[in-house]
Amino acid sequence: MSRILEVRIPDGPLPEKWSNYKAKARLVSPNNRKKLDVIVVGTGLAGASAAASLAEMGYNVKSFCFQDSPRRAHSVAAQGGVNASKNYRNDGDNVFRFFYDTIKGGDFRSREANVYRLAECSASLIDQAVAQGVPFAREYGGYLRNRSFGGVQVSRTFYARGQTGQQLLLGAYQALMRQVSAKKVTLYARHEMLDLVVIDGRARGIIARNLDTGQTERHAAHAVVLATGGFGKIYYLSTLAMGCNASAIWRAHKKGAFMANPSWTQIHPTCLPQSGAYQSKLTLMSESLRNDGRIWVPLQHDDTRAPGAIPEEERDYYLERKYPSFGNLAPRDIASRAAKEQIDAGKGVGPLKNAVYLDFSKAIGEYGKSTITERYGNLFTMYKKITGIDAYREPMKISPAAHFSMGGLWVDYDLMTSVPGLFAIGEANFSDHGANRLGANSLLQACVDGYFVLPYTLQNYLADEIRTPRFDPDSTPFIEVERAVKAQLQQFTDCRGSKTADEFHRELGRELYDKCGLLRSGEGLRNAIRNIRELREAFRHDLLVPGHTDEVNSELEKAGRVADYMEIAELMCIDALHREESCGAHFREEYQTAEGEARRDDERFCYSAAWQWTGNPSEPVLHKEPLVFETITPTVRSYK
Amino acid sequence: MDIVLKIWRQKDQDSTGKLETYTLEEVNPDMSFLEMLDTLNHNLVKQGERAIEFDHDCREGICGQCGMMIDGIAHGPLKHTTTCQLHMRSFCDGQTIQIEPFRAEAFPVIRDLKVDRSAFDRIIASGGYVSVDTGQAPEANSIPIAHHDAEAAFDAAVCIGCGACVASCKNASASLFTAAKISQMTRLPQGREEAGTRVTRMVRQMESEDFGHCTNTEACEVECPQAISVLHIARMNYEYNRAGIFFNKA
Ligand SMILES: Cc1cc2nc3c(=O)[nH]c(=O)nc-3n(C[C@H](O)[C@H](O)[C@H](O)COP(=O)(O)OP(=O)(O)OC[C@H]3O[C@@H](n4cnc5c(N)ncnc54)[C@H](O)[C@@H]3O)c2cc1C
Ligand code: FES
Repeated sequence: MSRILEVRIPDGPLPEKWSNYKAKARLVSPNNRKKLDVIVVGTGLAGASAAASLAEMGYNVKSFCFQDSPRRAHSVAAQGGVNASKNYRNDGDNVFRFFYDTIKGGDFRSREANVYRLAECSASLIDQAVAQGVPFAREYGGYLRNRSFGGVQVSRTFYARGQTGQQLLLGAYQALMRQVSAKKVTLYARHEMLDLVVIDGRARGIIARNLDTGQTERHAAHAVVLATGGFGKIYYLSTLAMGCNASAIWRAHKKGAFMANPSWTQIHPTCLPQSGAYQSKLTLMSESLRNDGRIWVPLQHDDTRAPGAIPEEERDYYLERKYPSFGNLAPRDIASRAAKEQIDAGKGVGPLKNAVYLDFSKAIGEYGKSTITERYGNLFTMYKKITGIDAYREPMKISPAAHFSMGGLWVDYDLMTSVPGLFAIGEANFSDHGANRLGANSLLQACVDGYFVLPYTLQNYLADEIRTPRFDPDSTPFIEVERAVKAQLQQFTDCRGSKTADEFHRELGRELYDKCGLLRSGEGLRNAIRNIRELREAFRHDLLVPGHTDEVNSELEKAGRVADYMEIAELMCIDALHREESCGAHFREEYQTAEGEARRDDERFCYSAAWQWTGNPSEPVLHKEPLVFETITPTVRSYK
Repeated sequence: MDIVLKIWRQKDQDSTGKLETYTLEEVNPDMSFLEMLDTLNHNLVKQGERAIEFDHDCREGICGQCGMMIDGIAHGPLKHTTTCQLHMRSFCDGQTIQIEPFRAEAFPVIRDLKVDRSAFDRIIASGGYVSVDTGQAPEANSIPIAHHDAEAAFDAAVCIGCGACVASCKNASASLFTAAKISQMTRLPQGREEAGTRVTRMVRQMESEDFGHCTNTEACEVECPQAISVLHIARMNYEYNRAGIFFNKA
């Protein structure tokens, strides 16, 4: 049965909601805080900032990550920048404009109150990061520099060379290590969370596997925070790191946490194309390249001439043609979809005909090579390192790749999931980006969740827990969950089939990318669901994992992640199939305008879809969170 | 291209390891080095054998998790490039490539090519931060920082913590790693109040781990994927001595 979800948005006009919340939020006195334990899974920007802030407040924190150091979480990979409405440029930026850009960018499919809070807290993040020593770009006078990023008309993006994520994360990591040294945080690197322990309806701990020894461990706490990042790796080829996974959130989902809008995935237009079957990941080339690069394909099908040999009149600069006002800077979802159309029409370039050109010859002609080097030198070097091609002489080849999960665990205004005591922050939750994320907004969201929101909302929850004694990790509920985890691991190594986890993963990824990627259709999705079920069955019987469970075993780690992908993939297709409209990154072929643009259906689909696990991956139950717009009016998102 | 691989296999920290020989055919020059190892692992697993364990995650040269000695050079023959960004076009058909873990007493082998670099985390924990709690920060532009100072701090801040500096140093010294963080922070006004305690604690922590001392061979700079300059080590030494004279505490 379906129920209306309780979002618990505070009273008052939009700009006052967060202040009202903070004014009324319950507190825990300092001497009681040391009696309370919190588990934070994930050490990316969201997890590290939350763990450090909670420890500073006096809580005992256990911090987990699967990498060998917390500093290596995939937040490091973000190049472009982080948004904040400081209005340093005096260009008319303010909190409302930031809020509106984000809501519109998300195609009016996110919650007003959360997005407003994100915009409101953005300025404090820059203060915090600068105080930690994050070396943002500066003007010669010593003040902070900004640039503009896709989809907006103001300059509100702060950046640190091409390493914004890395530098922000080092700030958060150092704050975390300071608390490790103060003995308020215990670090569990190379640990993978494999299940959630729920006692009397509340999250009370996790089961984690020590990846160095293979031993499973039971950890108890008064609350659990998941900051485990995105799961775009489900498509196999993506811009995510090899270890990124959905296991933590999916296993929490199976313990009662709802998954919201799981099929909304941002596919980034400027990645390096796949070069062969052995390919393990796709590297993102910064979107900033589209400021000076022109995107084109040959007009002729299967044109095998070198790019330089194709005369101007035989090229199709399709973005400039279709979107004259935004041109090559059209938003990500639109640029990606347009590229796919060209590739599918047989106009793709490169040996696998899976790419389009990104051409700098005009810009080099106009501004000179040295200017282009100054702007993008490091990207050209990286391109050469990976492809062996000099992009000053020959256009780059780019293609779309899975990049960011807008979907994730459903959370209320407090960032608490539908399991009391279980919180989800950063990319792991579904909250702020609607159906399409604006560039440079997600580093911000991860940081704001961890530094500024969770410390209030988690404390509000813990205020009721001061009388709850510590749970015994040796008690039956923990032992039972651990037993189930061990049994599953054993099953993987006992299976002794013929196909590796990677082989299954590749097949699943291809199916999803084709049918639940940039373009979706009812028929394709129904077909994908059938195929995924078959693949899941095959995985159960035919998986091959050499070695044992009680030792370092990367094949076993992969198997666990792929097992979860096999289930979540079906939910993604079910979610995409049920939503009979197009919005943001979710483009249903049946629901488009005569000009081929997305057709949203606010009558029927102005809600977030939160799915409940029932025990059968094919039969989730849908709950709807209606999106109520009190302050703004949804419009048609047009970039023509 | 066809290649021969001699790869270090070691079951765990307590076992002795040895080099095993494998051959791999039809390697595509556009493959990355780690994709080449993926391919070898795929073949091994298909035969029911244990995959070669190695560390990696982002495969974009930024997380610092990958790293191995390739023909005796940390991260392999291409200068200022992490193992994951190295491609097979840097090798020739028929070549024999020897792959070993980063060697250092402070980096014990976990299995095969995986090592334990947690000593680096402990060095940072000993003082590699600005002691500012969440919520205490002043308005960002109230701390102006000259462009060249910000850039100079950045040149040190780019360290990815991979450990190639330790692996290429004949003394297995962690000086470049430690100095990069100290140097970044001494260039900035933030956290200046604690500069003396920071450098003292970090250097002492570094010395209490199993790292060797720096004897200025400068191999670390040559192999560092981020080309971090050894001049930062000089700055660390200066700061350390200065702290000894002026602060004489911590
Ligand atoms: C290539 C790339 C470029 C990007 N560029 C930008 C940009 O310019 N601007 C922007 O705003 N955003 C950008 N993004 C998006 C942004 O980087 C991410 O959304 C954000 O960093 C996510 O942070 P996080 O803390 O939620 O997750 P992550 O940083 O991914 O951290 C996840 C953490 O969870 C841990 N973890 C995961 N699963 C488990 C488990 N089962 N058990 C234990 N631990 C687990 C991991 O070890 C890790 O510590 C980019 C993303 C990519 C991939
Ligand atoms: S895998 Fe991240 S730097 Fe090589």
